[in-house]
Amino acid sequence: MAVTGPSRCPGCTEPLEPGDNFCGVCGADVSAAVPDGTAAGAYGAAGAFGAAPPPAPESRLPDGSDSSRGSGGEAGADSPAPVADGSDGAAPVADGPDGATARADGPADPRESFAAKTCVACRTGTVDQDGYCEHCGHAQPRERDHFERELERVAAVSDRGHRHHRNEDFFTVAHTALSDGSPAVLAVVCDGVSSATRPDEASQAAAETAAESLLAALPREAHPQQAMHDAILAAAKSVDALAEEPEHPRDPYRQQNAPACTLVAAVAAAGVLTVGWVGDSRAYWIPDDRTAPGARLTEDDSWAAQMVANNLMSEAEAYSDERAHAITGWLGADAYELQPHTAAFRPDRPGVVVVCTDGLWNYTEAAAELAALLPPDAGERPLHSARTLVRHALDSGGHDNVTVAVVPFPVPVAGAVSA
Amino acid sequence: MANFSKSTVPQFSVEVYQNEYLPEGGREVNAIATVTATGGGTSGGRPLADAAGQPAPGGAPDAAVVIMVDSSGSMEYPPTKMRNARDATAAAIDTLRDGVAFAVIAGTHQAAEVYPGGGRLAQASPTTRGQAKEALRRLKSGGGTAIGTWLRLADRLLYSADVAIRHGILLTDGRNEHESPEDLRATLDACAGRFTCDARGVGTDWEVKEVTGIASALLGSADIVADPAGLTADFTRMMETAMGKEVADVALRVWTPQGAEIQFVKQVAPTVEDLTGRRTEAGPRAGDYPTGSWGDESRDYHVCVRVPDAGVGQEMLAARVALVLPAPGGGAPRTLAQGLVRAVWTTDMAASTQINPQVAHYTGQAELARAIQSGLDARKSGDVDGATARLGRAVQLASASGNEDTAKLLAKVVDVVDAVTGTVRLKAKVAEADEMTLETRSTKTVRVKK
Repeated sequence: MAVTGPSRCPGCTEPLEPGDNFCGVCGADVSAAVPDGTAAGAYGAAGAFGAAPPPAPESRLPDGSDSSRGSGGEAGADSPAPVADGSDGAAPVADGPDGATARADGPADPRESFAAKTCVACRTGTVDQDGYCEHCGHAQPRERDHFERELERVAAVSDRGHRHHRNEDFFTVAHTALSDGSPAVLAVVCDGVSSATRPDEASQAAAETAAESLLAALPREAHPQQAMHDAILAAAKSVDALAEEPEHPRDPYRQQNAPACTLVAAVAAAGVLTVGWVGDSRAYWIPDDRTAPGARLTEDDSWAAQMVANNLMSEAEAYSDERAHAITGWLGADAYELQPHTAAFRPDRPGVVVVCTDGLWNYTEAAAELAALLPPDAGERPLHSARTLVRHALDSGGHDNVTVAVVPFPVPVAGAVSA
Repeated sequence: MANFSKSTVPQFSVEVYQNEYLPEGGREVNAIATVTATGGGTSGGRPLADAAGQPAPGGAPDAAVVIMVDSSGSMEYPPTKMRNARDATAAAIDTLRDGVAFAVIAGTHQAAEVYPGGGRLAQASPTTRGQAKEALRRLKSGGGTAIGTWLRLADRLLYSADVAIRHGILLTDGRNEHESPEDLRATLDACAGRFTCDARGVGTDWEVKEVTGIASALLGSADIVADPAGLTADFTRMMETAMGKEVADVALRVWTPQGAEIQFVKQVAPTVEDLTGRRTEAGPRAGDYPTGSWGDESRDYHVCVRVPDAGVGQEMLAARVALVLPAPGGGAPRTLAQGLVRAVWTTDMAASTQINPQVAHYTGQAELARAIQSGLDARKSGDVDGATARLGRAVQLASASGNEDTAKLLAKVVDVVDAVTGTVRLKAKVAEADEMTLETRSTKTVRVKK
């Protein structure tokens, strides 16, 4: 099992493909990029579960519309991400029956060590301990602004987008084995509610807790739909708990609302695809055979969806209303009545599940649109596919945080070398 | 926040209150920085006494105080004034902690050493306190008033000892008639940053702007003691406050990013004091504003910065507000505490249109002080309409913000018809002391109602 992260362009932090000599976005010469050991140490302890975190430093995708985010090749500290596998001491924490459980979270610490880096905005000042340029004052990219995780059979990418100042989405991807040794893969994606306090913490708590719950339940032959239901309740509890913590003095103006987020999760195991959700984050089924129709697997807890479901408005009318995106279900202490939705499917052909926040589906509402954008080999290259979809959202304006996880179905077994 | 081994430096902390969200194209960032110094105790600048109440061995108090008593001829009218000034000075001397260096100056059109004399300071002890009080009895009144000469002598005396904290207490009853305003100004400029000074006007024959000007320049307090009988209590309080100071020459260092302009830096609590013009450059894009000496206390500062527009979705550090202490010998100053003022551009109008309650409150308190000043100026110049409008606005602001002390003082100058709308009538007859009290205390603020 491998956890990988891409290396980055030192100028603009674009993720690089292996063998790149120049950055595909800003054109910087990256052939001379030197690994920098300090970056790896800065957040080496990410992931409470202990899956070795890739030290993907300051990994913003560049913003095409904003010249202040860099282009060119300053020698920012960056490192090709080391590949960690089970054999080099990155201990899996949730013990599957065969030890083949792994989980990859996003960054554990939203801040990182910025010492002695050059500002990506003005390229003049150095970055202070608080993560701001001492010359122009610009906040430096944080690890959470753009993060990617790839396990062998599943991958996800999250990005801040162009219009929000922080990334309030979070995801967890993991794989484990059922009691019969057959592989199971899961992805959890959460979108923090911006109008509430600490949405970034809410989404992180929910995604981590849900994955933890699923990883504990699946190897014990739990019914996947029941496991999903329980995972959502556990996630809700973890978000509720945040409301009891002392408020941040940092964010005094938003202190009225309890932290809240959406959640969508997908589990692929033993020929069954299980999805669960609360809120308006979605899962889509896209068959590998693109001539077969894809489908949305989730029903939004949103104003627009309710209008359509109750035949009060046409879909077009409902989604063009400014209230369309008001969500009617969420995880958080002030949720009226938590109703976890779960569903199970037995697809009759191979494909992938795209698990995403509205930062993506705002631009690819129909399953067919998504299918057209998804690379044909999505099941084999989940990270590449997730990046492609995130890139599409950013190129379309990036008005919201965007997070995409790609879960292949059925779970490929060929590469399960570490099991 | 840094913690220092030197026991006399209190712990500083900075809390920033602001709405960091700016609309698209927004540039002005306002923040209130609450600076609190705690934990130093009120030890008068010396290491804390041991259990027996004795000063720690080898630890001499690190402070010097000079009391300047007006002894011009007018102090004999009425004669109780001089007697009360003597009693008040004696009470202040009694409040001196053992070991603090001190002196008493008699001020007329020139300055004379009353105690100990010889261009020196005395060390406070039961003996020297007794001698000083004895010397006060010989204090004779006569002559004019040239406050600059008193301050220059105080400066010389304070610098005859090697101490960390230097403080003056100045009492006057009349106008500074025997030197030009320019001379006083030059003396204040020369003394600024060398010692701090509280100033008091006794009676009603002194000039409010002179006394508040001295306190402002020398980072001390100003007040009126209209009835000389109140002097003793006031002097005792002032000296207790002085004895509580533990660290001097603390500066508010404000860093702003490239391309940003500081609109203003004001102390807004406990009084309004505009520090904008007192900036001294302190390295790239940073400037220091003087705050004087600190004991266990808390003050609020309003910083307003215009930053370059960075675009929606961007975050910028708009200012870094730090308390710094110059190192002895001119080394790199120590940062005692700091807070960050941020700017975040958003399309969320609900976020960007909020005004932080602290910022709103102190914007109102600063306007209150201005309204009183301009209202009283208008009243003096016979502009009844202008005075009514400005003082009406002041009544409205004082009432809305819960500044009851100021509201009471205003009610002695105007008849309040409706505080909510600020409808007032000028009183036909106003006691001079009431008007001077209002003017002297116009800059006093209250904190946000929690």
